[in-house]
Amino acid sequence: MLNSKIPSGPLDSKWKNYKSTCKLVNPANKRKLEVIVVGTGLAGASAAASLGELGYKVKAFCFQDSPRRAHSIAAQGGINAAKNYQNDGDSVYRLFYDTIKGGDYRAREGNVHRLAEVSGNIIDHCVAQGVPFAREYGGLLSNRSFGGTQVQRTFYAAGQTGQQLLIGAYQSLERQISLGNVEMFNRHEMLDVVIIDGKARGIICRNLVTGELERHFGHSVLLCTGGYGNVFYLSTNAMGSNVTAAWKAHKKGAYFANPCFTQIHPTCIPVSGDHQSKLTLMSESLRNDGRIWVPKNQGDNRKPNEIPEEERDYYLERRYPAFGNLVPRDVASRAAKERCDAGYGVGSSKQAVYLDYAAAIQRYGKIEAGKKGLVHADAATITALGKEVVKEKYGNLFDMYEKITGENPYEIPMRIYPAVHYTMGGLWVDYELMTSIPGLYCLGEANFSDHGANRLGASALMQGLADGYFVIPYTIGNYLSDEIRTSAIATDHPAFAEAESKVRDRIHMLMNIKGTKTVESFHKRLGKIMWDKCGMARNAEGLKQAIKEIQQLKQEFWSDVKIPGSINEMNPELDKANRVADFIELGELMCIDALNREESCGGHFREEFQTEEGEALRNDDQFMYVSAWELKNEHEWTLHREDLNYEVVKPSQRSYK
Amino acid sequence: MEHKNINLKLKVWRQKNSNDNGTFETYDAKNISTEMSFLEMFDVLNEDLIKEGKDPIAFDHDCREGICGMCSMYIDGRPHGPWTANTTCQLHMRAFNEGDTVVVEPWRAKAFPVIKDLMVDRSAFDRIIQAGGYVSVNTGNAVDGNSLPIEKDKADASFAAAMCIGCGACVAACKNSSAMLFTSAKVSHLALLPQGEPERQTRVLNMVAQMDKEGFGACTNTGACEAVCPKEISISNIARMNSEYLSASLNSEK
Ligand SMILES: Cc1cc2nc3c(=O)[nH]c(=O)nc-3n(C[C@H](O)[C@H](O)[C@H](O)COP(=O)(O)OP(=O)(O)OC[C@H]3O[C@@H](n4cnc5c(N)ncnc54)[C@H](O)[C@@H]3O)c2cc1C
Ligand code: FES
Repeated sequence: MLNSKIPSGPLDSKWKNYKSTCKLVNPANKRKLEVIVVGTGLAGASAAASLGELGYKVKAFCFQDSPRRAHSIAAQGGINAAKNYQNDGDSVYRLFYDTIKGGDYRAREGNVHRLAEVSGNIIDHCVAQGVPFAREYGGLLSNRSFGGTQVQRTFYAAGQTGQQLLIGAYQSLERQISLGNVEMFNRHEMLDVVIIDGKARGIICRNLVTGELERHFGHSVLLCTGGYGNVFYLSTNAMGSNVTAAWKAHKKGAYFANPCFTQIHPTCIPVSGDHQSKLTLMSESLRNDGRIWVPKNQGDNRKPNEIPEEERDYYLERRYPAFGNLVPRDVASRAAKERCDAGYGVGSSKQAVYLDYAAAIQRYGKIEAGKKGLVHADAATITALGKEVVKEKYGNLFDMYEKITGENPYEIPMRIYPAVHYTMGGLWVDYELMTSIPGLYCLGEANFSDHGANRLGASALMQGLADGYFVIPYTIGNYLSDEIRTSAIATDHPAFAEAESKVRDRIHMLMNIKGTKTVESFHKRLGKIMWDKCGMARNAEGLKQAIKEIQQLKQEFWSDVKIPGSINEMNPELDKANRVADFIELGELMCIDALNREESCGGHFREEFQTEEGEALRNDDQFMYVSAWELKNEHEWTLHREDLNYEVVKPSQRSYK
Repeated sequence: MEHKNINLKLKVWRQKNSNDNGTFETYDAKNISTEMSFLEMFDVLNEDLIKEGKDPIAFDHDCREGICGMCSMYIDGRPHGPWTANTTCQLHMRAFNEGDTVVVEPWRAKAFPVIKDLMVDRSAFDRIIQAGGYVSVNTGNAVDGNSLPIEKDKADASFAAAMCIGCGACVAACKNSSAMLFTSAKVSHLALLPQGEPERQTRVLNMVAQMDKEGFGACTNTGACEAVCPKEISISNIARMNSEYLSASLNSEK
């Protein structure tokens, strides 16, 4: 039975009550308890730093050459918090409600309310660390809007919010390293969890520089290893983002929840050719000021600036007048796909829509001219002033667009198209962030909690930091308080030896295939299957076919992959092979999950289940649950359902009209 | 954007590991679309090498968006190649012409030993941060964010310094392999904010001491670092660090 351990009592006092009644570990005992933190992005770095501050003995691991480079660094737009600094009606309840609704009623009320409650503490802590958030002239913190909400609650640092937050967490982590509370292992990849007497007690990892396998003990293990969007090959994730750590835990018994819930982000730079290695996001914050449109005529090949206003279809504003360009991501992405599929797409591939800043430049230009008292400013002056404002707000994004496409977005509307961005699914965790394996926790994007079937913009940073700074420091104590009598287990314990030898065998097996096809070629093929059949729109027939194709791909991979180099050296192709092998297995489970969920909700759009207007059609009677999958055998999983109980919010069909 | 395919010659530094001497190897990169990024061109080359049974070229990269600071190639005598305010991953093949020969090396600095081919060990940067690049505040201590107003100009200046991605291009460009731009960016980020005030003096002293200990060279103000910095971190940060250092040293002698 799945026990989500949601505390009883009214929604807004669950977390308070939990905190005041959970078990504690005294300082002397903390020093004897060892915690392993795998991954040092926002979730992992904040957890490792906070646990180090509390006095636990922490070992932290990442595969990059420094914790400062985790994928969190790339987050652009911002982080939400219910501060109501703008006096526009925000509150903890409203942030909670928006997140539940945005997630299309597939997230737990208890978790999401806690997230909203601690959101303000995150901002306070980051300010105290010296995170240079954007400020107003009066010296106070500035906010912007994000999709799926009608208040301004997003804190930001230009287009580099993730960078600044991660640097804040990284600096706290480095401080704990210098104090000797945290030991850091860079360029290390976790390849298995070690389980002793049913509890997670350590990990096996590969030193990526020497190729050696290492054993590390911990009284508990935290996986903070990020999302698995790269199962689609092309995504906005960093090249190294992978599912391996979570997948190894899954193979050791941890349930994997809602794997098919993938977020496709509406505003990314379109694919330019077969060589494409990744896709680049243009932050959602651009939808604040930019207007999205396609020509009203199919196959219109004129340059965008030659298409007159009345021949443009601002389809989001037309379909969703209440939210306009700021509808949630899943809605915006599907609307773009719908237009392109119907033949209105733009650019050479016709798989793109315009994101246009001309109106914003004019609007800001006039405001600036007014501020400067230029009553009779000419058009050129207004345009120049407007461009200045846009540059200050979004300059780095515009520069990035120009570097990649060679086009100047201040002059020509940007071409954008949806791309895989975030994975709401992940390891199943209870309220305490513990997986179904005792002592094994999962934080950040790697877990499934909080975002339901669709994540709202600026909420991933919030969740990662909530998990690391404000949740795990309490919940881990509740577990470790019972472990104070467990002394450190020596790593020559048979469970460590067995786990290591399995990892070694698998590496040897991979190296000995000596086939003809590169790892990359398999990854690309997997990505194509996933994008075509388990992407923005899915149907039963396609999913069944995808499962077959993935099973074949797996066979072919394990008999024909070609990995150069050797084992006992730095070998990035071997590392990649390990990851792609796991992605292939995950891909199958994603399709199984998508097939099982006979409804449309959030990012999961089953073509068979839609309203007359083409909106997602949920089936609350049958699918108001979290799917938690347990691996039984190769290609064989058991489904465990965690029913979702809405005590406060009344689920309804999401409307952004 | 107009695009075409071009052919290039690449002279790439190959070094098996830190004990190996290393040497240049020449490769043909054929039919490269000018829409590719520089690293995508390396992907294509590596795929060919693997198919030929050869060892692919190892290089660091992750975000491919110019923000993680992982990529680090010294291209035709310049860190991150010919474009200004740019990282290797954001350099696109539009920057090159048919028939060009392109020379690619790792960062070269005593404090950044080569690990393999184009990858170097930059952990010295982490140790400089460990020496004091933080505000000592534990989780849970903070007061309300808006109880501490900060002048917009100061916050913006602090942010401009905090944009450093820690790639090490500054060190690679400097004839003395100095890490002054990197270190001063962190010192400035925190010195410009009231939160950084209590530890302002110990921070600069300890970070500079660590920088020297790691074997980075002295700064002779040539400005090469600023010229190649992908985030355009200003050399004025170095001047600020020098004055912070001076006043901290004077105070600590009291
Ligand atoms: C381009 C982009 C922009 C975004 N913008 C925003 C935004 O504006 N607002 C917002 O809220 N969210 C945004 N997001 C989402 C958000 O950035 C991520 O969801 C979040 O940062 C994930 O943090 P994390 O700590 O869970 O994982 P990550 O930051 O991905 O960190 C994973 C860590 O795990 C390590 N790791 C992984 N596997 C292993 C292994 N096997 N062994 C050892 N270490 C391992 C890695 O080294 C790394 O340290 C954005 C995402 C992208 C792609
Ligand atoms: S790969 Fe991240 S900055 Fe280049």
